[in-house]
Amino acid sequence: MIIRGDEPEQLRLLRKLYKPGNYFMQGNEAVAYGALFAGCRFYAGYPITPSSEIAETMARELPKLGGYYLQMEDEIGSIAAMVGASWTGFKVMTATAGPGFSLMQENLGYAVMTETPLVLVDVQRSGPSTGQATKGAQGDFFQARWGTHGDHPIVAVSPISGQDAFWETIRAFNIAEKLRTPVVVLFDGVLAHTRELIKIPDVDEVEITYRKLPQNEEEAKLPFGDPHGDGVPPMPLFGHGYFTHVTGSTHKENGLRDVYTPEVHDRLVRRLHRKIEQNRHVYEKYEEHFTDDAEILVVSWGVTARPALGAVLKAREEGIKAGLFVPKTVHPFPGERMRELGKKARVILVPEMNLGQMILEVQRYVNDDVILRGVNKIGGVPLTVEEILREIRGVA
Amino acid sequence: MMYMKSAYEIRDKYLRKDMLPTIFCPGCGIGSVLQFTLRAIDDLGLNQDEIVWVSGIGCSSRVPGFVNFDGLHTTHGRALAFATGIKLTNPDLKIIAFMGDGDAAAIGGNHFIHAIRRNLDVTVILINNFTYGMTGGQVAPTALKGLRGTTAPYGQFENPFDIAGLAVAAGANYVARWSVFNYLQGINSIKKALSKEGFTLVEFLSPCPISFGRRNRMKTAPELLRWYQKITVPLAKAKKMPPEELEGKIVIGEFADRDRPGLVREYEAYKKRAKKMMGWEE
Repeated sequence: MIIRGDEPEQLRLLRKLYKPGNYFMQGNEAVAYGALFAGCRFYAGYPITPSSEIAETMARELPKLGGYYLQMEDEIGSIAAMVGASWTGFKVMTATAGPGFSLMQENLGYAVMTETPLVLVDVQRSGPSTGQATKGAQGDFFQARWGTHGDHPIVAVSPISGQDAFWETIRAFNIAEKLRTPVVVLFDGVLAHTRELIKIPDVDEVEITYRKLPQNEEEAKLPFGDPHGDGVPPMPLFGHGYFTHVTGSTHKENGLRDVYTPEVHDRLVRRLHRKIEQNRHVYEKYEEHFTDDAEILVVSWGVTARPALGAVLKAREEGIKAGLFVPKTVHPFPGERMRELGKKARVILVPEMNLGQMILEVQRYVNDDVILRGVNKIGGVPLTVEEILREIRGVA
Repeated sequence: MMYMKSAYEIRDKYLRKDMLPTIFCPGCGIGSVLQFTLRAIDDLGLNQDEIVWVSGIGCSSRVPGFVNFDGLHTTHGRALAFATGIKLTNPDLKIIAFMGDGDAAAIGGNHFIHAIRRNLDVTVILINNFTYGMTGGQVAPTALKGLRGTTAPYGQFENPFDIAGLAVAAGANYVARWSVFNYLQGINSIKKALSKEGFTLVEFLSPCPISFGRRNRMKTAPELLRWYQKITVPLAKAKKMPPEELEGKIVIGEFADRDRPGLVREYEAYKKRAKKMMGWEE
């Protein structure tokens, strides 16, 4: 039996187990509760620092809700099991960190190609390789975008606080369900282990959605077609008598393999891209502070967005016309908005906990006459307000 | 029953006509094993709607694309991990994983032993042809010492995996191995495997004359079948043979038949235990 998460019995259980109110909890726990509120009832994972509390919370809570928790033999198996469960109609999630995310890339590509909704939380840690395993970082920006091979679209969201992680996880599920696609949550080790005040809302305040199911035999027989013109095919589930064939090989609209016809591959892969491009309204999200008259524009994401906001506020106190732009959906990048803001700014600063990754996306959308500078810090310690403020003062 | 129906009848009932002909080379054994499996399904009267075929990558893994069932053709070696998610969340579905020896014992070795350890409710039909047929005949982890492949042109120098033995040791509920020549035993074993709870495996020595046979002086399927007859030893006979005589031989027969609870039953009990420990007693 499918659990979508919005059945009266599920809502009753959620109300009984998680009373609305303020809680003091880790960012990782906020991610897990967000997933439970979004209707996730299947989790498969493999322990890895700094993501393990997400698995532990799910392992404790899911059986109570009639859901499934599985500790798999590795990250490859974890995402594979998720894909399997998604095709029976479950909302599914896993959480990992950089090294595990690397192992998941193979089947992340499979999920893109087979249009399988799932949510993959990458709690970014300091790399490359084992790096500083317990420390946070923002080094997986492009691993999320280009980690799996071949032309493929991807959606990735990035929360900026524990509270935000709760809501962004729910949003990730809703995007995955609406667009029948995997969604990456780029979280990080700093926020994951920061304990702060997190408000758990009443279940009625949470809007959740569920994937399109075929409405008739014809739709069911074209699980990779585009009957509604929005690029998103309805998803026939296993066991419903449709004899659905799902393959990572190039396939026709009916799901059957055809790797020899160039047009079939062209049509499929272009539609996968179009599905994401033409539904920007489903996932595009960003925050802006003082961008109306900003001469110095700070562009930041994830954990670094917080000290960036602190620095901008202080700069304003000092009379510096600074502003902040925070993409919350980082892939696809909100390029049009970036282009508009870039036209008004004299200087753009991009603070992030890496040696310059999102700055390359920013660069694609701003003119050469804008001074573009990264504020980069690695070593596992987050950027501070002072460090960013110093850079703002330096270009004021 | 299973002897009575013509192959055409089985084909028309279970295969996707628009996907035929299959990719299999002349003399390939995969078609035979597919027929054994379909006859077993037919004989048991299983509902076509309630079976999902899962596979990885390789010649044998292309089978789900040819049969008219729900099917998940996945990545190399990962079929059983995908199957775990399907089976756990929809226990009404019966899962058949069609795998090759490279798929199951090399790249998927870890998923294979852990699926068995969990006693995942799945029936694995394993094609063992001692080679990577699809990629052109590279040496496989099941290849007996001395057998040649494109990547072992002077003969395999590593030890082979005994897949059935591995499955028995890891705790599978049912394990049998036959060559495609033993078709009656094969069909009977698949029927038994499909009827049991937990992890069940039927391994078939299956000819690959094009990629494997040609490089080992056995250019045709009949030559390979004759070779199977020479190297296979029935279990009862093997038990009486000294180990040195069994060197280079492959034992065939039923190796395990037990009834440990499967993963689905264990997890449902776990959920009940969770609710009990919560004091809910619903």
